[in-house]
Amino acid sequence: MAKITFIEHNNIEHVAEFEAGTTLMQLAVTNAVPGIDGDCGGECACGTCHMIVDQQWFDKTGEIADDEEQMLSMTPERAGTSRLGCQVKITEAMDGMRVYLPEFQM
Amino acid sequence: MANKSQQVTVIVGGGHAAGALLAALLQGRYPHEVVLVGEEPHPPYQRPPLSKHYLAGEVEQESLYLKPRSLYDNAGYQLRLGVRVEQIDRDSKTVKLSDHSMIRYDHLVLATGSQVRRLTSPGAELKGIYYLHDIADADALREALVPGKRLVIVGGGFVGLEVAASAVKKGVSVTVLEAAERLMQRVTGPEMSAFFCARHRDAGVEVRLDTGVTGFETGDHGRVAGVRLANGDTVPADIVLVSIGVIPDTALAEAAGLACDGGILVDEFTRTDDPAILAIGDCTRHRNLFFEDRLRLESVANAVDQARTAAAILMGEDKPYDSVPWFWSNQYDIRLQMVGLSQGHDQRVMRGSPADKGFAVFYLRDGRVIAVDAVNLPIAFMVGKQLVQRRQAVSPDVLSDPHTDLKSLL
Repeated sequence: MAKITFIEHNNIEHVAEFEAGTTLMQLAVTNAVPGIDGDCGGECACGTCHMIVDQQWFDKTGEIADDEEQMLSMTPERAGTSRLGCQVKITEAMDGMRVYLPEFQM
Repeated sequence: MANKSQQVTVIVGGGHAAGALLAALLQGRYPHEVVLVGEEPHPPYQRPPLSKHYLAGEVEQESLYLKPRSLYDNAGYQLRLGVRVEQIDRDSKTVKLSDHSMIRYDHLVLATGSQVRRLTSPGAELKGIYYLHDIADADALREALVPGKRLVIVGGGFVGLEVAASAVKKGVSVTVLEAAERLMQRVTGPEMSAFFCARHRDAGVEVRLDTGVTGFETGDHGRVAGVRLANGDTVPADIVLVSIGVIPDTALAEAAGLACDGGILVDEFTRTDDPAILAIGDCTRHRNLFFEDRLRLESVANAVDQARTAAAILMGEDKPYDSVPWFWSNQYDIRLQMVGLSQGHDQRVMRGSPADKGFAVFYLRDGRVIAVDAVNLPIAFMVGKQLVQRRQAVSPDVLSDPHTDLKSLL
């Protein structure tokens, strides 16, 4: 099975097996990864699924749309490879990807 | 089996608040016994998609679930679904269920939510008249929404308008009847109402404002054939959706003698007047630190934030609920994000206009931002959240000037 690893701000790792087609937010939520709330259910409306993608995997996560960029621009702990998890569709090419979680969400 | 030293927490209701509470307890590795009693056959799920993606048939039922059921099972949390709590006995700290079983509790959390407000006008019981509150309702409505059918929606609030957008996209002919002089009057200002009205009309929805409903026409086989209006007209209909709001479900709490007044009364820690009983979500009227008043909110954000407050209390941490209320709605390609409560504003300031890709309305009172409604302009929502939280005074000229960077206000 293909896997993505979520790393909490305190370095605890959570390995989640995935099937392509879901989003990073959904994968984290259904695997009970702490710190990913996804309150709006994936509508890019709340900003509570902020994740920081490992630099070497970032280009696999696709384009950042203008609305996501506006949400991210106000997110605490914004980094160069930040994404909202609900806006990243998981593909097979993400097998092995590492994703870091900020200490706080919106 | 539960260890004797373990306490028992019973959650009454299986909606979003209950689900968010379970999630917070899971995350906090709450070591005690947890039993959720929910009337629906589903584990807690997201209701917002019921009028949008789910109604449109774009997402599967399981994708609505807040967490897969196995996560609760693995944590040892019990979900008793398809049964109802019928009675709370506060003296013996037990709840009686509809299957006649009893559960003893140390802590009880009421997350009974709300019920749709129903019409009682003549013909309201006819076939073909729908309400939308749960998955079963959405399944029935989805099946009825066949291209070419005439859907009449009574009530131009969030749910009615979201269904209008979903249905018209499917090729259903849609009429919205709103009793007030503008859409979404309870929750937004006139500029936003006018914008949404125009967008619905552009999409082919017939919107009739100032239009009261007095009853329904009967067709063949006890089916609805039309909606009778206060002005004497009749609007022909194959399907009717009544979406005229919800009422908090306080029956259990009232019968148990808990203080209720348009909602179960709770403080900023979600505590009722019984120290063993908390209440969260739509069913509560809470002491809001931000608005210095008692508020009842119908929103996911309120359900989730109160659930987290209750979870903290159960885990021995007192973290008051002091979030600024926020809401969202999706209709067509419009994402409306709202923060704060605009009631009582004395000034409205537009940033951009409906002709732009995105625009926002700021609501001010005494020069301070108390609410923001943003259409396809997330930055105004995000900055607005901070401005409202800080009760920040801002010059209207700065808010309306498209060349100012909103972030620079913080």
